[in-house]
Amino acid sequence: MKISPFTYHRPDSLEQACALLAEHGDESKVLAGGQSLLPIMALRLGRPEHVVDIGAIPGLDAINVGRGSGDKPTVSIGALVRHAQAERSDELAELAPIVHQAMPHISHRAIRTRGTVCGSIAHADPAAEMPAVCVAADATMTATSIEGTRHIAAADFFHGYLDTELRADEILTQLTFPAAIAGQGTSVVEESRRQGDFALIGLACSLRVEATEISEVALSFFGAASTAVRCTEAEEVLVGQEPSAARFAEAARIVSKSLTPGADIHASANYRQHLAGVLTIRGLAEAHAAIKTGASA
Amino acid sequence: MTTLALRCVINGEPVAIDVEARRTLADVLREDLGLTGTHLGCEHGVCGACTVLIDGEPARSCLVLGVQAEGASLTTIEGLANGDELHPIQTAMHEAHGFQCGFCAPGFLMSAVVLLEENPNPSRQEIREELSGNLCRCTGYETILNGVEVSIRLMAGSQDESTAS
Repeated sequence: MKISPFTYHRPDSLEQACALLAEHGDESKVLAGGQSLLPIMALRLGRPEHVVDIGAIPGLDAINVGRGSGDKPTVSIGALVRHAQAERSDELAELAPIVHQAMPHISHRAIRTRGTVCGSIAHADPAAEMPAVCVAADATMTATSIEGTRHIAAADFFHGYLDTELRADEILTQLTFPAAIAGQGTSVVEESRRQGDFALIGLACSLRVEATEISEVALSFFGAASTAVRCTEAEEVLVGQEPSAARFAEAARIVSKSLTPGADIHASANYRQHLAGVLTIRGLAEAHAAIKTGASA
Repeated sequence: MTTLALRCVINGEPVAIDVEARRTLADVLREDLGLTGTHLGCEHGVCGACTVLIDGEPARSCLVLGVQAEGASLTTIEGLANGDELHPIQTAMHEAHGFQCGFCAPGFLMSAVVLLEENPNPSRQEIREELSGNLCRCTGYETILNGVEVSIRLMAGSQDESTAS
């Protein structure tokens, strides 16, 4: 099918883009990399009357190191940073290794060269890696409109299937991660039918060990529900304990019991629950190993 | 509906045409410019047949609006050969009987060309991963992977020749 007709706007400033979205609201969509929006339009699942292409707006394609609340170091990803750029970024590899770890899993090379990190988050596909990574790593989303800017915690951002806290008149202009700290290790693991396909189920995992005990852990699953979900029951049995294969296996058993993934032509719900357990063990072990080697410290 | 002027460079030639905003880059190439070497399969980014190079990087031309190519330098399958002289990847696929029906060939070749530019000696696993975004319904992929491996040898050979001469 061909894309239905629309009015195309190519503003050269963020102010103009926000004004267009304020004027057209629900009739408009923001176009950045287009790797999620254009398939929807090609299948005519979406027929926006106005497409606001933010691709010509300067200053949105940077990865910046900065300081957040309490003067803690952060790393920010602008709205036009493409996955390929994030994959090559030394800043992200060092300060937000979980983002770096996610990149090779995200679709295929020819999609990563165009698709933007922020676009994937604004789109909020339940099987996409980045929403789960944001939830695991406590990222903060910056939304901009003509009314100004607001910051939204990842935990509050994702409402459900392709549904987020973003209003129709807002642009997700930036994504900010707290820099990884000492004793923290992360991993992103998934199973898919083919390298680069959407995951049957996957896990973004963050683990912090202080002295010999797990002090913080996030098990954030994608492909397991209508949006990224943390498995708090399994996290609770890990906190305060020494990391060990037995402890990880116990968490895995709880994950398999508590998650309620759907079934489709690719995998049954039972199989997805089984995979979630396998990935829990694998993800925790990889995150733990990343601490030991200092790769994520 | 919006129509815009598009200026870009395609296979080294400057191009200036008016295009409707809703037209994908694939349709601009095929319908407006007659470059029908780029094939369209699924038209929503799954099959990879429409892969072209935008500023040297592989991209799905069905998931890019023509107007988004403003100012870009594009390479399509028509830009691989130098006159009558085939690109080594084309010669290699021919020698290895890489394809059967050939519908997916332009996408595979554009993906493989980038891989070989960045990594002249990829392992079979690396080739497999890089080409995982392209679907073929005839071959079972083995002959395509063989073709890329023949190309590695041809390209290494042509470099040896150019160093020798």
